[in-house]
Amino acid sequence: MAESVCRALRDGALDGEHAPALAIKDSGDSPFGPAVFSHVLTQLASNVLAGKSQSRGIVLVALSRSPAFYVELLKSRGIDVASLSKWFVVLDCYTDPLGWKERLMERGSIMNSSPKASVNPSLCKDISDLDKLFSLILQRGKGFLGEGKSRFSVAIDSVMLLSTVVILIESDNDDYSGHVSEMLRHTSTSSVASLISNLRSHNLVSCVFWLLHSDFHEIRVAAALEYLSSMLASIEQMTRPDDVPRNNSQNISLLEHNYRRGKFHVRFKRRNGRVRVMSEEFQVEQSRIKFMSVSSEDGMIAQSLVPKVQFSLQLSEKEKVDRAKVVLPFEHQGNGRSIDIYDGRRSLNDGKRDAMPASSEKVQTSEDSGRGEIIYFRDSDDEMPDSDEDPDDDLDI
Amino acid sequence: MDRSSSLLDEALDFDGLTSPYPSQPGRVVLVEDCVEASGAFILHHLMKRSLSPHSSDAVVFVAFAHPFSHYERILRKMGCNLVVQRDNNRFLFFDMLLPECPGLDGGVGQSIESGLFALYGKIQKAVEVSSLAESKRNVIVMIDDLSLMEVAANGSSNHVMDFLHYCHTLTTQFGCSLVTLCHEDIYSSTERATIPLQVEYLADVIIKAEPLATGLATDVHGQFTVLNKGICDGLGSSRNKMQNFHYRIKENIVEYFYPGSRT
Repeated sequence: MAESVCRALRDGALDGEHAPALAIKDSGDSPFGPAVFSHVLTQLASNVLAGKSQSRGIVLVALSRSPAFYVELLKSRGIDVASLSKWFVVLDCYTDPLGWKERLMERGSIMNSSPKASVNPSLCKDISDLDKLFSLILQRGKGFLGEGKSRFSVAIDSVMLLSTVVILIESDNDDYSGHVSEMLRHTSTSSVASLISNLRSHNLVSCVFWLLHSDFHEIRVAAALEYLSSMLASIEQMTRPDDVPRNNSQNISLLEHNYRRGKFHVRFKRRNGRVRVMSEEFQVEQSRIKFMSVSSEDGMIAQSLVPKVQFSLQLSEKEKVDRAKVVLPFEHQGNGRSIDIYDGRRSLNDGKRDAMPASSEKVQTSEDSGRGEIIYFRDSDDEMPDSDEDPDDDLDI
Repeated sequence: MDRSSSLLDEALDFDGLTSPYPSQPGRVVLVEDCVEASGAFILHHLMKRSLSPHSSDAVVFVAFAHPFSHYERILRKMGCNLVVQRDNNRFLFFDMLLPECPGLDGGVGQSIESGLFALYGKIQKAVEVSSLAESKRNVIVMIDDLSLMEVAANGSSNHVMDFLHYCHTLTTQFGCSLVTLCHEDIYSSTERATIPLQVEYLADVIIKAEPLATGLATDVHGQFTVLNKGICDGLGSSRNKMQNFHYRIKENIVEYFYPGSRT
């Protein structure tokens, strides 16, 4: 299913349609968004390199990780990086997103120590200007394209930083009252959204995918960004320890479990409006992510948790009371006196003394006719509990 | 060094005595603590570790919580003289509380952003000087602590996150490490506590200090959980382990041990 996501990105946009867009969403409990992003990126990169995909190149907007990281990533997955500059470009919004380093360098307080340019990253020094970013993406993307009809892909790692930084810049001139920041948040969301939808609708773009950390945003913002996507891959943890606080060290094995595996849901939105949701599990090993179909064992557990019976398995309140009233025959209910059971070693006098209260008790119970009672006393004369005789030997079988 | 104190180092995966940091440059460590169990001792431990004679690391310390004399007293008891290290240029201390170092609001007519920008400029300069010198020192940037930094930035978590992003770029550019302390429980009522969450995303190692679940004890002062998510960076390493320790703070040292190994 992760495969079908990669396939959709590979096949790219149809004529007269917007480009497919994938939103990868994770949360703090299962922070594997970057791993999935890397997986999708490398799959797409190998497709581009093999010439199988619609797009001729990838423009990566790096906001949360350095350009060198991505080059290393592609190298480690066995992708030929010699011809990298022909089909892969990184817009470096990571190193200096607000232009602080540039300002420091102008003042001469720090040295000009720009990182080694292995993928000729274009440094973007003011990411608040999304229009400029958009035109930069297009400009770099067109660099790949020769003559004829061809397209390129755009990958944005972590939309989160885009929106936060935009809020920040815009709010500098204003005071930080609740209403204003609320409004600014809204404008910034819309500007990020317009960046994405402009990219989607551009006729040179083959596909767009981006990473989203859902718990930084208000639900509204996350929903707006999800709405722009044609595919949404959400990453969830395996088990939800709702009853246990998250920081409790007692459930450490559970937490460790969650840091290796997780659930992967994909929602496809078809052109005709049909929505399909698929689930998969993934496991992270050796820094790679491995997808597998949902294990049948967990499916069984889920079924047994929700029993599909139509009759009530619980007792009603009245039934419970009635059940408590039943006096069981084999239980001595007690009459305040200690219980004596003849064991064959006591004298006959003792036995007679026991017999007396028993008869009086019988009288009492026969008077109390509303309640049924079975009282069982062993007949000490006939029965020998510790005899060796076969109790059934008088039966004529 | 006794075995018990190296339990923490083991969990952090800093190799033993000779080279605490160089094998793993550019790591981000987040220490999360709470009111009942302070995590400051972990900072002290890391400070002592990187300033020890065995290593050649340098520490850049940004203090919002305590003045220099506080750290100096504690580290002296642990056998590390901060004044000497400061004179050797191995320990740089930015006291953000002093009047001549005017917080982050930067005085009259200056925005918070320019205050943070100025602070970042100082830090980057210090890191550059230390790591580009002939000794090629590894630098550890420590911030004590993020919650008070947010207070100093007038509660604007976006500015603080920006600052942290720039500090994070230092870890990739110069291979220095970033160690931050953050009080977790003061955010517990907020729906989306931006700072702890975002730093958790950034961090390679998360250390959580908390009191024992069973309450106070005389022999054990608390527990901490180390989550070493080397794997989540997506490159090369395959470690992803979680460990739980109990600790006991003594006069000069802190003892670390596995739960149940002490009676």
